Amino acid sequence: MGISTENCFMLKTFRIGGIHPAENKLSAGKKIENAALPAQVMIPLAQHIGAPCQPIVKKGDKVKVGTLIGKSVGFVSANIHSSVSGTVNKIDKVTDVSGYKRDAVIIDVDGDEWEPTIDRSDTLKRECNLSSKEIVEKIAGAGIVGMGGATFPTHVKLTPPPGLKANILIINGVECEPYLTSDHELMLEKAEEIFVGTEILMKAVDVKKAVIGIENNKKDAIARFAEISKSYPGIEVQPLKVKYPQGGEKQLIEAITGRQVPGGALPISVGAIVQNVGTTFAVYEAVQKNKPLFERIVTVTGKEVKNPCNVRARIGTPFKNLIDIAGGLPGDTGKVISGGPMMGKALPNIDIPVAKGSSGILIIPSSEAKRKAMKDCIRCAKCVNVCPMGLNPTLLMDLTEFQIWDRAEKQKITDCIECGSCSYTCPANRPLLDYIRLGKGKVTGIVRARKN
Amino acid sequence: MNVILTAVAVLCVIGAVSSAILYIISQRFKTIEDPRIELVQEALPAANCGGCGFPGCNGFASAIVKSDTMDGFYCPVGGQTTMDNIARILGRTADVSIKKIAVVRCNGTCENRPRTNIYDGASKCTIAAALYGGDTGCSFGCLGLGDCVDSCLFDAIHINPETMLPEVVEDKCTACGACVKACPKNLIELRKQGPKSRRIYVSCMNKDKGGVARKSCEVACIGCSKCQQVCPFDAITIENNLAYIDDDKCRLCRKCVPVCPTNSILELNFPPRKEPKEETAKAEA
Repeated sequence: MGISTENCFMLKTFRIGGIHPAENKLSAGKKIENAALPAQVMIPLAQHIGAPCQPIVKKGDKVKVGTLIGKSVGFVSANIHSSVSGTVNKIDKVTDVSGYKRDAVIIDVDGDEWEPTIDRSDTLKRECNLSSKEIVEKIAGAGIVGMGGATFPTHVKLTPPPGLKANILIINGVECEPYLTSDHELMLEKAEEIFVGTEILMKAVDVKKAVIGIENNKKDAIARFAEISKSYPGIEVQPLKVKYPQGGEKQLIEAITGRQVPGGALPISVGAIVQNVGTTFAVYEAVQKNKPLFERIVTVTGKEVKNPCNVRARIGTPFKNLIDIAGGLPGDTGKVISGGPMMGKALPNIDIPVAKGSSGILIIPSSEAKRKAMKDCIRCAKCVNVCPMGLNPTLLMDLTEFQIWDRAEKQKITDCIECGSCSYTCPANRPLLDYIRLGKGKVTGIVRARKN
Repeated sequence: MNVILTAVAVLCVIGAVSSAILYIISQRFKTIEDPRIELVQEALPAANCGGCGFPGCNGFASAIVKSDTMDGFYCPVGGQTTMDNIARILGRTADVSIKKIAVVRCNGTCENRPRTNIYDGASKCTIAAALYGGDTGCSFGCLGLGDCVDSCLFDAIHINPETMLPEVVEDKCTACGACVKACPKNLIELRKQGPKSRRIYVSCMNKDKGGVARKSCEVACIGCSKCQQVCPFDAITIENNLAYIDDDKCRLCRKCVPVCPTNSILELNFPPRKEPKEETAKAEA
């Protein structure tokens, strides 16, 4: 069943480590539905990696859908636009996905009036006559960030440091996180748009070749993309073996090109730029339709959820509204996670607003939500075997616990991509990633302090 | 017989040559260490806690001997007696320093601050703090996982199982500052121990607006500034919806304590207050 051996031979993947958790793609094949407009949205001003935005609206201001409300400060930052039309209620601190209260613009919704510059038609617009610089400017203006979850500003990725140039663009349609299907559904419904977005991105970074990587558990998407790719020269579709964390930038580059990104270096150092399919679609909409990033596809799923689904939600919609679309919070709820089960984050409450990086809402029943008691390490080295970065997780955890930062640095703790494969596989239930993440933060701080 | 004699002779020669070499080398590469460093080190408590800011007691001893003053040197563990002894060894006079003690500025006990969710991750405050604000509505308060307890070398801070808050053992705390550094929420402060260990401090670090703070915790400081108005010594400042009592200016008059509407100002080791009736009666008399 599943993948034949012949297929396996053809499918590419990354070389070391990786796991294969139960896929549980409960919402696969569910058409994207539009979430109803909420009565009020809370749009966080920090939805990306980098400096939070400066609000440029104040209480009482009227805004339309697509109005700029937060201006990026500095290069690594991204603009934030209103996702609704209405009146700014206040700018206040709101608990967001970070689990902390941070500044957000709260808007009372009134109607659904869009900025007139936005092209709301569904027609595919293939031609793009803009120059590379204009494309990047437009992307920056639209506030597009990596929508796979890392939320790194896209225009920064498209502006390689001087002296470096990309020769391949990789579009990430892997969606290796269990449960999540938002990218899958987007690929099925907006395939052509994603190809146009890819062409635009190719133009922006001046590369002749693009590869769209899709894991083999999305056969329908692979078939559809392979069909369309015939009319898009330079864009290839590459089926990939199902293995977590293939959606990690460095793993995907290795799977597709065989190139390994050196520790501490950016993908551009091996001539690759990776963009998620969601980001690519957002780029299409921004460049061809003048539509800033103010909505995204969110998978709402879970074993006890009545109606697992993929919804198109405006940024700032409370998670609760989306959970209601999926049939409400199940009686047996142990944990609500923003993102997937591997890299997602448990939430303190469900009033948290949808942000640019919210790929899914996962509701875990209480029987699966509790961690099992931690036992002593039995030196089985399973974590070492599954680490896709070739690190030694158990050693890194110990080094963090005993605060031996110089050794942790030598053991490349900063290369950890926080995929959680080590914690997943540990038979002694050790919280490996929790500690490594802490150590990674400390060591990164030490390295930065030394540089300054 | 001859063989034995030869062997003994050879060994003697080797011994003599080696000792000569060792003697020459030891003279040639002699390191002269200030003998006072050892004396100072003996006077120190040998806790090697780093509370003085130097890497262990030896580091502190070398640094203080090399320096010409006593300024900036203070062993929080040994306290004034140790510093006086060191001053005697070095022929200097020690500054009179004021004894400090660690103070936990959160009073969010289980009753005061209801839990809104359950944290189930690795049992370490720094890890929990990196994930979210905490298992209560207050994202500034104590997480109760005991990083401060782990950091203390003197067994001077413990989590009270009833309140789930850390408590400082006054006799054991040396004010080395390890817990201050360990707390990811910056709740612990070294404050003057005060006469008879009497202290007054705002036991809250919540910077939320008053209403929000009050909602999450019964004893949160709401930044109402009533304490600031009543303070005769200008010791109280309010910043980010939070009051702070400067222990250099505070004269322990206790006027601020009863005016606090949320009881977020704590007084420690004071005798019980006289009943207001008694006071008025006395005044009349």
